[in-house]
Amino acid sequence: MSPAPALSRLSTLFYVRPRLLLALLLAPPLLWLGVIYLGSLLALLLQSFFYIDEFSGTIVREPSLETFRQLFTAANADVFLRTTLMAAAVTVAAAAIAFPLAYYMVRYASLRMKAALYLAVMLPLWSSYLVRVYAWKLILAKEGIVTWFASQLHLGWALDALLSLPVIGGPSLSTSYIGSFLVFLYIWLPFMVLPIVAALERVPRSLVEASADLGASPRETFRRVILPLAFPGVVAGSIFTFSLTLGDYIIPGIIGNSRPFIGQAVYQLQGTAGNIPLAAAFTIVPILIMGAYLLAARRLGAFDAL
Amino acid sequence: MREKNGIAVSFKGVTRRFGDVRAVDDVSFEIADGEFFSMLGPSGSGKTTCLRLIAGFERPDAGSIVVHGENVEGVPPYERDVNTVFQDYALFPHMTVHENVEYGLMIRKVPAGERRRRSQEMLDLVKLGPLGGRKPSQLSGGQRQRVALARALINRPGVLLLDEPLGALDLKLREEMQEELKTLQRQVGITFVYVTHDQGEALAMSDRLAVFNHGRIEQLGAPAEIYEHPATAFVAGFVGASNVCRDALAVRITGNARPFAIRPEKIAMARAGEPLAEGWVGVPGKVRSVTYHGATTRYTVTVESGELDVMRQNAGDGRTGASAGDVVQLTWPRAMCQPLLDEK
Repeated sequence: MSPAPALSRLSTLFYVRPRLLLALLLAPPLLWLGVIYLGSLLALLLQSFFYIDEFSGTIVREPSLETFRQLFTAANADVFLRTTLMAAAVTVAAAAIAFPLAYYMVRYASLRMKAALYLAVMLPLWSSYLVRVYAWKLILAKEGIVTWFASQLHLGWALDALLSLPVIGGPSLSTSYIGSFLVFLYIWLPFMVLPIVAALERVPRSLVEASADLGASPRETFRRVILPLAFPGVVAGSIFTFSLTLGDYIIPGIIGNSRPFIGQAVYQLQGTAGNIPLAAAFTIVPILIMGAYLLAARRLGAFDAL
Repeated sequence: MREKNGIAVSFKGVTRRFGDVRAVDDVSFEIADGEFFSMLGPSGSGKTTCLRLIAGFERPDAGSIVVHGENVEGVPPYERDVNTVFQDYALFPHMTVHENVEYGLMIRKVPAGERRRRSQEMLDLVKLGPLGGRKPSQLSGGQRQRVALARALINRPGVLLLDEPLGALDLKLREEMQEELKTLQRQVGITFVYVTHDQGEALAMSDRLAVFNHGRIEQLGAPAEIYEHPATAFVAGFVGASNVCRDALAVRITGNARPFAIRPEKIAMARAGEPLAEGWVGVPGKVRSVTYHGATTRYTVTVESGELDVMRQNAGDGRTGASAGDVVQLTWPRAMCQPLLDEK
C-alpha cells in the first residue's frame, strides 16, 4: 500500500528542503533554552541592579550598584570562600575516588562486574535525594553507626581527634564540615564517575600497549597517555561536582555546622528576608566562579584532546 | 645488548591458551638476524598472538622465547629491545607527528634537540618530511602508517614487529608500501617480523615465511619453496590456488591414493586424444566454465571423479583457447604433482 498522498508530499518537501525540517526540529529546544531558560536567568540577574529601600523595605526599580555594595561585605565574603573551598575539596576528593574506580571498570572488570558497578554507581540516583541526606544524618550522628563502629574498633580516640580539629571539626560528624563534605562527596560522586568512564572508554587499549612498546613504564604511560586523554572526562565530572556543590542549599542545611553556604544565603534572602535584589546578586557569584573555573580548565589544556 | 649469534628470535615449544582454545600450540621456530620473516595465516590462526608474545603483551603458558640471546620470560614490553607497528597504528591523538615519533626517545631522556633532529631524519626517511607539526587526525591512512613506522624505527630496535600494517590501505597504496617497506628493511638492516593474512604480500616481501593454521605452523620456508612445494592441503589452498587431488581422483591420475596438489597454471590443455609426452599425465575432461580474469583465464574442467581448475595466460591476441562444452585433455609433467602430508 502506498502512503497517504499528503504525508508523502510532506516527506518529499522535507527531503528537498532539509533546512526546513531542521528549523522545525530545533525551534522547541531553542525557544526553551533561549527564551524560558536564559530569559528567566537574565530577568533574575537584572533584579540585582535594583535595591531595597532601607526605610520602606520595598524594591526600588532603578538601576543602581547599591545591592552589590551590600554583597561585598566581610560576612558574605566568608560565605563565598566557605562554599568555594567546599566545592573544591569535594571535587578533588571525588576525582581521586572516581578515577581508580572508573579505570578498573573500563580496563579490568568483566562484563558482569562492569554492569554491577554501573548499577552500584547509579542506584543511589534512583532514590530520593532527601532520604539519602537524612540517612547520612543518622549515620554520622553522635549516636550513629560511625561512632559506634569507631568505638567497637577502639578507634574512638581517632574520631575524637578528627572532630577536635579546628574549623573542620565539631561536636559530632553530622554537625561539622567533615560531615557535610562526606555527604556532598557521596551525593555527587556518580557525576564524576560516569564522565571519567566515558572518557577512558575512548582510550583504545592499543595506545597503552604502544606506549609500553616504546619503553614507557606503567607510571609513565599513565602520566603521558592515559591521564591526558582521560582529562576532559575529569574536567567534565568536576564541572558537575563543583557547580552542584556551589549551588546546593539542602545538604549544608541538614548536615554541618549552621554557617551558611551560597545556596542557603540565596534561599533565605529571597524567602524570609524578601530581599530579591540581593538574592539575585548572590547568584551572580557562583556564575562568575564557574566562569573562572572553566577558563582555568581551558588554560590547563582540558579541552585540547576533545 | 645484541648478541651476534645470528638468531634474532627463537620459539621453543611455545603454547598460549585463551580459555580452552590453544591460540598458539607448541610452536617452535627461529628467525635469523636481519631477516624479513612473515607469519601468514587466516584470522584466528595464532600469528598475531605469536607477534604479541614477542612484544611481551602476552605471556606463554609453556615454552620459551629468546630474543637476541636473552630469554624474555617475565620481561615486560617496556624493557624489550623490540618495537611494534600496530594494525590500527595506535598513534597518540593528543600529540603531534613529531611528538609521536619522539616518544620512545623522550622516555629514554634523549635531549630535546637531538630528539627533534632524529625525528626529522626519520620523517624524511618515510617521506613525511614537512608534516611533523600535524596531529594524527590531520593525516591520511597511508601517512599515519608511515608515522607508526617512523615511531617504531627511531628506537633502532633489534626486531621490528609489524601487525598487518598495510591491512587498512587500499590496493594501490598497499602495493606501493610493500615495495617501500622491503627497501626500507634492506636500508636499516633490522629484523622484520611481519604478520599478514595476504598470501601475495607474504610471498612478495619475505625472505622466509611461516604458514599458520589452528595455532600451529603448517610449513616454514622461502616463498618459492612454499609455493612450489606446499607440504599440506591447507598450505596448497591458502598460498595461491591449488587443485588438491585425493582418493578416486588421485588414483585415476597417478595410480595411487596418496593426495597431491597441482597448481592450475602448471596444467596444459590439449585436444582430446593427442599423444602424451614422456613422463606426462593425461586426463580427459570437458570444460564446464570459462572465467576471464584479464591477464589470465580460468577453465573449470570436469574430469572422471572430480573437477580440475586450469589457469592460462592470455598471451597473444587475447582469444581464449577453449569454450564451455569443449572436450579436452589436461596434461602436465608427472613430477609437478606435489605430494601432500596426510592431515589426519
